[in-house]
Amino acid sequence: MSTEPPPPGGTAVRLSGISKSFGEVTANSNISLEIREGSIHALVGENGAGKSTLSKIIYGMLRPTTGELLVRGQPVRFDSPRDAIRMGIGMVHQHFMLTGELSVAENIMLGHEESSLFGRLKMSEINSRIRRESEAYGLSVDPEALAGTLSVGLLQRVEILKLLLRQASIMIFDEPTAVLSPQETEQLFRTLRSLQERGKTILLITHKLDEVLAVADTVSVMRRGEIIGTLPAKEVTKPELARMMVGRSVILKVDNPPASPGEEILSIRNLSFRNPKGGGRLRNLSLNVRAGEIYGIAGVEGNGQSELLETLWGLYPTGTVISGEVTFKKEPLTAKSPAEIAGMGVSFVPEDRLRYAVITEFPVRENLVFGRHRERAFRHGIGFDGSALDTFAKKMIADYAIDCDNPASQPLRSLSGGNQQKIVVARELTRPNNALLILAQPTRGVDIGSIETIHRKIIEARLGGMAILLVSSELEEIIALSTRIGCIYRGEIRHEFSMEETGQKRHSEPEFQKEIGLHIT
Amino acid sequence: MTKRTYTLLIPLLSISTALLFSSAIIALAGRDPVMIFSKMVRATVGSPYGSGQLLFRMTTLILAGLAVALPFQAKLFNVGGEGQLQMGAFAAALTGALCSPDMPAPLALLLTLFSAMTAGALWALIPGVLKVRCSVNEVIATIMLNFIAQGVTGYLLTDHFALPSTEKTAPIIAHSTIPTFGALFGWFQSSPANLSIVISIGAVLFLQVLLFHSRAGYELRASGLQPDASLYGGINARRHTLWAMAAGGALAGLGAANLVLGYRHCYLAGMTSGTGFAGIAVALLAGANPLRIVLAALFFGFLEYGGLSVNAYIPKDIFMIIEAATILFVIAYGAAGKRIADK
Repeated sequence: MSTEPPPPGGTAVRLSGISKSFGEVTANSNISLEIREGSIHALVGENGAGKSTLSKIIYGMLRPTTGELLVRGQPVRFDSPRDAIRMGIGMVHQHFMLTGELSVAENIMLGHEESSLFGRLKMSEINSRIRRESEAYGLSVDPEALAGTLSVGLLQRVEILKLLLRQASIMIFDEPTAVLSPQETEQLFRTLRSLQERGKTILLITHKLDEVLAVADTVSVMRRGEIIGTLPAKEVTKPELARMMVGRSVILKVDNPPASPGEEILSIRNLSFRNPKGGGRLRNLSLNVRAGEIYGIAGVEGNGQSELLETLWGLYPTGTVISGEVTFKKEPLTAKSPAEIAGMGVSFVPEDRLRYAVITEFPVRENLVFGRHRERAFRHGIGFDGSALDTFAKKMIADYAIDCDNPASQPLRSLSGGNQQKIVVARELTRPNNALLILAQPTRGVDIGSIETIHRKIIEARLGGMAILLVSSELEEIIALSTRIGCIYRGEIRHEFSMEETGQKRHSEPEFQKEIGLHIT
Repeated sequence: MTKRTYTLLIPLLSISTALLFSSAIIALAGRDPVMIFSKMVRATVGSPYGSGQLLFRMTTLILAGLAVALPFQAKLFNVGGEGQLQMGAFAAALTGALCSPDMPAPLALLLTLFSAMTAGALWALIPGVLKVRCSVNEVIATIMLNFIAQGVTGYLLTDHFALPSTEKTAPIIAHSTIPTFGALFGWFQSSPANLSIVISIGAVLFLQVLLFHSRAGYELRASGLQPDASLYGGINARRHTLWAMAAGGALAGLGAANLVLGYRHCYLAGMTSGTGFAGIAVALLAGANPLRIVLAALFFGFLEYGGLSVNAYIPKDIFMIIEAATILFVIAYGAAGKRIADK
């Protein structure tokens, strides 16, 4: 359902022979690309394919090593985003650049106050200008509201308005739907189309193929720093795009055989969570997970998922008040340290793997036993049994298709996000005597090929009788993997889809996504 | 050039830049840098006595460097080596003097060594406890404890333990001393080089194994690099903070043993002469790597004693400039390397 492209205009942005390398790593190699004026041009590719680097070059945050950048036919050399903004280029970042304590209007004019340093700000004039502009584009937002009180979808509108008021005509969107609910995503697409109708040029950077097909006119696919191809969006299918991105055919949907859940492993009764600042983030949340099933928690980020995970892993800030009952195999799980919880048979793949799950400077081999380094099998004297570590690393690398030639010396940070995550998943799935696996955003920032492996291994673990709690903001992932689905909203499970419902609805995914969407917003 | 080779090149680059820089200063002071440096080489490795002096200075520098390097691997910056050295030296001198002269040599020696290590360890444990209990930054705490150590030893020396009309304590018993190579084998003539160098090399090897081949070292380094991840991995970062600081202090105490048991045989006001601070420079130049600390200590030992030997031509203060400049170059080149890799 893509809109008709506008009458062919000129070229808004042209890249010719752009290359960018960081030390020995080439992030962009000889890229030539033309973005037509008034088009919605999508740039897709896996994490690490070079999309962000390319967009940063266009936005003046990075300087290309070689090559030429032309904006409306005019060669440019940007020293900073300021130069790009002057040429009418704007960017909506994945992480919003807004200050919560300032009002919408103040955020918008920050850095563009249009008055002298100690002069008076013409607030009412600015407010009315924002109102006028926002209504013209169907982006209504109250200019006097504090940014901190707005939903993610509204914050994004503020970012867009910021660009509009700075007369941007070329707008770059970096993964704009990563934090949006399905409904908010549709709203964003409507906005993108109305921007297009008014002659704006849009560069959409994403890794979600459905979005590309829904909204873009033209798609460029990147892989390993190169443009693999540029095609009209109408002429490609999702599997074709996926193949171009990965370089081989991929299974987009993992096979999910029926489950026969066993005894209850994790039980949460009326859990409430109040952080030291007094904010209640969980309200009487109840759920249970049985052996041999995957309980998926669907929800927009910030509805209590992090607090639930903190509680289960014993890592909440001091001063937090937790009430309710959490039991693992009938034993209480609260007021225990992470090490004790792990010892009981619970393993955990945290949301922020680089911060919590790995030591980035350590070699791959040492990371494969991180947190498991006291296990007898890996020990030898005061140190490690080197050959046991090597054997284990070799096995994991083979089983999980981890791209790593030298696990004993390659530091973890030199690996791609997908391979890093496979290391964490491999380590946590193979813990001996494990009964419960908690997965938080297991495939965030992970390439399609690795998602395939990780999903397959998760299903295998379930078939092996593991109880699995899956928290993910990707509905696609929740639907593909879960045996049952709980919809979390403002700290409680607002709706639960039973095993039968989930099994049936899995086959009509778009409708199911919308239905879940209603329960999480 | 890979990042790894660059990292290994940083110390060499820094040393050469610092030498060029100091050559310029020497030239400005009206002396020929080549003459000065060749005199320094002759005064150190060129004679048995000079070599012995070099070895003696290296010994304390190695141990003072390790005292910084071990906590540094847990990302703790122990600036308190000087204070720990002083406390260790004072405790060793007192214990050695209080032992009965009839006490068998191995026992007296071990007891004195042990007291030096304990004093250093306890002194370093204070900032450790302050950090773990009250989140006091260890840099500030160790700096303050340097002043306190200075005051405590100064007071105890002048008001209680100094021999009348001197600035030193009573000599330690003969059985508590560490013999010099000269006394044992006739090596290095009458230089203060003594068997402590064996202790320091032993400490280097021990730490190399501990840090990079043991589970304790694995946990220690992990807790320094990523405290949040350590919590997730069930590592008690507080315990590692405490033992790393204490072990660092104990190493400084061993460095003091070289001065007291191996050379002076008493506590003498100002005997540590800033070696604890030089240890920071040694550790930084070596990237907190125990094996490389030996080379860094050799370099600083050379500057220290070599500088003293050419004092007639050029003030030895010049060599303090070289020492400090080297460290600044290490940090600057390190940062430059990082920037090159990132931009």
